[in-house]
Amino acid sequence: MNHPTVIRYLHAALVAGAVLSSVAQASTPAQLLADYSARAGSAPSPARGRALFTAPQGREWSCSTCHGAVPTQAGKHASTGKAIGALAPGFNAERFSDAAITEKWFRRNCNDVMGRECSAAEKADVLSWLLTLKP
Amino acid sequence: MNEIPRLRYPRIVLGLMVAAGIAGAALADGGKSEQGVPLSPKYRQECAACHVPFPPGMLPAASWRHVMADLPRHYGTDASLDPASTKELSTWIAANAGTYKRVSEEPTQDRITHSVWFVRKHNEVAAGTWSLPAVKGPSNCAACHPQADQGNFNEHSVRIPR
Ligand code: HEC
Ligand code: HEC
Ligand code: HEC
Repeated sequence: MNHPTVIRYLHAALVAGAVLSSVAQASTPAQLLADYSARAGSAPSPARGRALFTAPQGREWSCSTCHGAVPTQAGKHASTGKAIGALAPGFNAERFSDAAITEKWFRRNCNDVMGRECSAAEKADVLSWLLTLKP
Repeated sequence: MNEIPRLRYPRIVLGLMVAAGIAGAALADGGKSEQGVPLSPKYRQECAACHVPFPPGMLPAASWRHVMADLPRHYGTDASLDPASTKELSTWIAANAGTYKRVSEEPTQDRITHSVWFVRKHNEVAAGTWSLPAVKGPSNCAACHPQADQGNFNEHSVRIPR
């Protein structure tokens, strides 16, 4: 096997891996937190997560507007009024159980609240705070 | 139900409809109907997280194309979706667009609530009712149509909050 072939194989394996990881996404909150922290390259801070979540970020809505200041019970969509199931995984087993779903909402909601996507560190901060909320 | 739809819908659309558990009855009578088509699980999952699932039959196909082409800027919110899901939903919506019997023109802002038929059907609702905290606006169908989630907007089941 010559070099370019090896590289091609490696590339194919990497692409296959990326595709697999974006399809098979069953996950746990702890795995997601570990993944975000690893990408951030630093330890998450629940206190920073709480601050990001509850304080307005320069726009109309904060995370709390829809999810509640302590998201252990149902929230309410700020403009439509539709009920939103509790966000803290200790109170809603469906939360943070599928990386694609979690990523989709982080992308949308951070954009609505801060006008940009959240960094891996910010996601880790928020999730680490949510994990401190226990029934 | 197999024979009639097969003549009318391309195979892929038919496949999607069958997969979504749609009995052809609602559409097989010539298109326009009173009752909405049953919603595909994908539509329920992606398009009913922030509001009731608006029936695809209640907007014409052109309006739905605009809506699906601009999900990152969706009526003031980011509803962005991956390309594969967007495509799957667009196909299903297009196959069921405009089937509600009163639909005709493209409403402004691609809003069901701006349709001529919508305004006419709701002209007896007092102006103050729309701004009640329990209503929040005309788009919140479920405030007055308790079975909006099931696609039932029958005037006999309407309950207006006070
Ligand atoms: C305008 C309303 C709104 C705002 C503001 C909002 N969210 Fe959400 N969020 C939602 C809705 C709706 C869902 C999906 C609800 C469902 O799946 O039942 C959701 C879901 C999520 C999820 C998905 C969790 C999972 O894995 O199931 C995360 C994470 C999340 N929000 C984080 C945030 C953060 C962080 C902020 C602030 C930057 C925020 N949200 C602000 C409406 C909002
Ligand atoms: C992230 C939240 C969110 C998601 C996901 C979402 N929407 Fe919306 N949608 C909204 C908001 C907010 C409005 C404006 C409601 C208002 O004006 O009261 C809206 C309004 C609409 C309207 C106009 C209703 C009217 O007549 O006033 C249509 C049609 C619509 N959405 C279709 C869809 C479809 C189809 C999908 C799935 C592809 C979808 N929505 C997904 C948040 C969302
Ligand atoms: C403030 C309350 C209210 C809201 C919100 C509301 N409606 Fe209605 N709607 C009514 C009333 C009242 C009638 C009955 C009018 C009548 O008796 O003819 C009606 C009638 C209708 C009809 C005709 C039913 C029939 O049997 O002919 C349709 C369709 C309909 N609404 C759809 C919607 C949709 C779709 C939405 C959300 C986008 C919506 N409505 C939001 C109060 C409301």
